[in-house]
This record gives sequence, structure tokens and C-alpha cells, in this order.
Amino acid sequence: MGIGTFIVVSIIKILIAILVLLTAVAYTTLLERKVVAHMQNRWGPSRVGPFGIWQPLADGLKFIFKEDLTPPYANKPLYLLAPVIALITALTSMAVIPIGPWISVGSIHTPLQITDVNIGLLVILGITSVGVYGVALAGWSSNSKYSMLASLRASAQMMSYEIALGLSLVGVLILSGSFSLRDIVDAQAGTWLGFIPKWNLFKGQVVAFFIYIMAAYAETNRIPFDLAEAESELVAGYHTEYSSMKFAMFFMAEYANMFTVACLASLLFLGGWSGPVFGPPIVQSLLPVFWFALRVFAFIFIYIWVRGTLPRFRYDQLMAFGWKFLLPLAIANIVVTSLVVALK
Amino acid sequence: MLHLVLFFIFAAVCVGGAVNLLAQKHPINSALSLIVVMGSLAVIYLLLGAEFVAAVQIIVYAGAVMVLFVFVIMLLNAGVEERTPHGSRVAMMLGVPGLIVGLGLGIWVVTRITGLDKIGIGGPAIMNGTEAFGNPQAVGRLLFRDYLLPFEVTSVLILIAIMGAVVLARREE
Repeated sequence: MGIGTFIVVSIIKILIAILVLLTAVAYTTLLERKVVAHMQNRWGPSRVGPFGIWQPLADGLKFIFKEDLTPPYANKPLYLLAPVIALITALTSMAVIPIGPWISVGSIHTPLQITDVNIGLLVILGITSVGVYGVALAGWSSNSKYSMLASLRASAQMMSYEIALGLSLVGVLILSGSFSLRDIVDAQAGTWLGFIPKWNLFKGQVVAFFIYIMAAYAETNRIPFDLAEAESELVAGYHTEYSSMKFAMFFMAEYANMFTVACLASLLFLGGWSGPVFGPPIVQSLLPVFWFALRVFAFIFIYIWVRGTLPRFRYDQLMAFGWKFLLPLAIANIVVTSLVVALK
Repeated sequence: MLHLVLFFIFAAVCVGGAVNLLAQKHPINSALSLIVVMGSLAVIYLLLGAEFVAAVQIIVYAGAVMVLFVFVIMLLNAGVEERTPHGSRVAMMLGVPGLIVGLGLGIWVVTRITGLDKIGIGGPAIMNGTEAFGNPQAVGRLLFRDYLLPFEVTSVLILIAIMGAVVLARREE
């Protein structure tokens, strides 16, 4: 593939990825409102179009036309920079996430992924760790007590759970021997006895999977770890002073992060896009993407389900849970996994 | 070629960030400049073929160490630093360029004597002949096989430092 074709193909892939991700983010908000509403015996959004199907568009328009306020004593450059950092880091993680095997369009043979790097997982961890600045700077630059306190809580929480999250992935890395997400998925191909898939989840990473899920909920500030924006207790959170599109950027970043986390869970523990493939060539090349999307959807649904079910942690419980329970458990998982691999 | 262009772009960003770090009056702006410096350093590591070190640079330095710096600045709510008026302007005007030229000359002489100037900046020149050395597998092999003892001793040293910090920070009952 020449350099010109490569650039064109890459730009097309980036545009498709951003478009699909942002649409998915918009409709996840609708899904969330609908599902939580039905869990609470309500209807949820039902006015804008059938089943409220145009609600995300209406919300988007509302965000654009809202008055954009900047507090008079805010640090303006950083106040502007914070939501930008949050959104950019949330979207950039998608660059190394594969959504399916290779496809051929005409003479162009390309992976279903923006770029395959051999340190893919580390890139994602790096980008997420930089994302903390969005939260920290938002709280500080607003020059408001509420934002400041909430941002300290949120960034301390994100940093604490990042450690448990990172350590929970080590078991998977030991089993696959690579940081490339595509290699990790390929290492999970095949079945035992013809029907049990060789997913990392079934290769003994059950504990790691649950540590990952819990740490991921805390990383994305979702219930039961949503202390950063406990709307019934705090005044909104680190984005108290933000309005209009700047608030929407934080909102989009949060949901995009949910997708990153769900994609990673599918790739690392549930075999990525593996699944039965059949039918004509065009269906054959698209079925893996469908299986992958199905897994991601399942994770998003569980996110919403948990939100509709569980109460919120207290802050000291949250910290104790992360440092005294998840962290030792993750280390124990690493020790056991490496012993099993070494003795095999 | 692309390596060289990227190197000069990110080297310029790195030096610019470092100068901005000194020039800024507000500590938080200085801290953010330092993050820029670390980010561009990571890109330079990447250009040198050290992928693992580049990723760790971002995760550990930009993502963890600097967050603590920013935390401290935020918590203390440190204001604009005061400028001490003494110090002559002539010294500033002549001293800074003089220092840069002197340092540059010194580095040039040292690299000429030790033969370090034969090493190119682009990745391919270094990669030639040897197998990949900067990927996680190679780094892991070095750390856990060839240099296992120094690695473990260093980790014990860090553990002692952490325990010392905990003891010092603990409030007396």
C-alpha cells in the first residue's frame, strides 16, 4: 500500500470511528434514560419522535443554544482547556482498539482498526492517565469551592483505581505474551471440546475480570462509584461551573470512556470478535464486527443495569475498597497466574 | 527523513516547554509546561525505538508524578510567584546565550572525543544489525533475566523510600 492510499484509508477510518462513537454515545444516553425509567416503572423520554428516538438530537441542539457562562474569577485558558483535554483523551483511546479482523475492499487490505501498535494496551493506559488532568484542571480553574472539592475527590479516585485496573490486566498479558490488542484477541481463538471458547475469562482470569469491571466503573465515575458527581449529595461535581457545549464535552467524554472500557473488556476477557461466521462473503466479513458490537452493548447494558440497582459508596469505603481489597486481590491474581504459567 | 522531521518538531516543543516552565509566573502553568516537556520526551523515545520506555514515560511521569505536582499546587492554592528585583539585565542578556553556547560547545567536544556523534538520531540507524531492543519483550528479558539482581535491589530501595515517606508523613498520636 502506497503512502497516499495509506493516508486516505486512515483518514476514512478515523472519520468513521469518530462518527460511530459519537452516535453511539448520543444514543447510549437515550438507552440509559429508557432502561432506568423502565426499571423504575416510568416511561422515560417519549415526546420527541416515536419512543423518544430523536431525544439525543434535541439534547444536542439544546446544548448548543444554551448560554455559555464563564465564571468571572476563573482561570480562562485552563477553564477552556479542561473539557478539551477530557474529550480528546476519551476519543484518542479508540485509535488502537480493533473492532474486527482484516477486510479487503477492492485491492486494499486493511485491519478494522485505526492503527495496530505493539504497545496498544500501554497506549490506552497512558491516554487514560493523562485524562485525569481534564478533571483536575476543571475543578481548579473554575475557582469554586464545590468544583475544587469534587475534582480532588474525582482525581484521587481515578488515580487509585488506575492501579488496580492496570494490575488486573497483567494476568491477561502473561497469558497472551503481547501488548497488542490484536495479538491478545488472536491468542483467544479456538475452543475446548468444540463448544467452550478459549476466552481469557475461561482461562482462569475470572477474578481479574471482576477486578477490571469494578475498577473500570470507578475509573469512569459511574454508580456505585460516582462520588465525583453524586448529584443528590454534592453540587454536581467538578463541572459545576460549566454550561452549554463545554459541559456537553465532559458528558461525551464520560460516555466515550464507558465505550473504551467496554471494548477493552470484550477484547481482553471475552475473545474480542470471535463467534460463528457463516453465509456469503460480505456477511462473513461483517459478522465479527457484529459479535464484537454485541459484547460491547452487553457491557453498556450492564453499566446501566448496575446504575438502576446499586446504591452509592461512601468515600472512605471507596478508598478502602480500592486499596485494601482490589489491589491485594489483583496482586494475588498475578502471582497465581504466573505460577500456573511457569509450572505448566 | 520522517524521523528527522518529527525529531526536530518535538525537540523544539520540548525545549520550548522547558523555557516556558522557567518563564511562567504561575506555578500551575509551569507544572503544565513540564507535562508538555515529558510528553515530547516520550515522542523522542518512541523515535529512538524505545516504545516501552515511551509508554512508561507517559503513564508514570505525565500521568502520575505530575498529577501529584498539580494536586499540591491546587491544594496549597499557590499564587503568582514574586520576582526578586536584584540581578542585572546585562548579565541576563549576555549570560543566557553565553551559557547556551558554552554548553553546546562542551557537549560537541565530549561527543567528538567519545565517538557518540556517530550515532544518528533516526530510528533505523540504531536499529541496524541488532534485534529490536525497545519493545516490552526485550526490556522484560533484560530486567528479569540479565539484570535481575540490580532490578530487585532497586525495588527494595524504592520500598524503603515509600516506608520512610509514610513514617515521616504520619501524624504523631
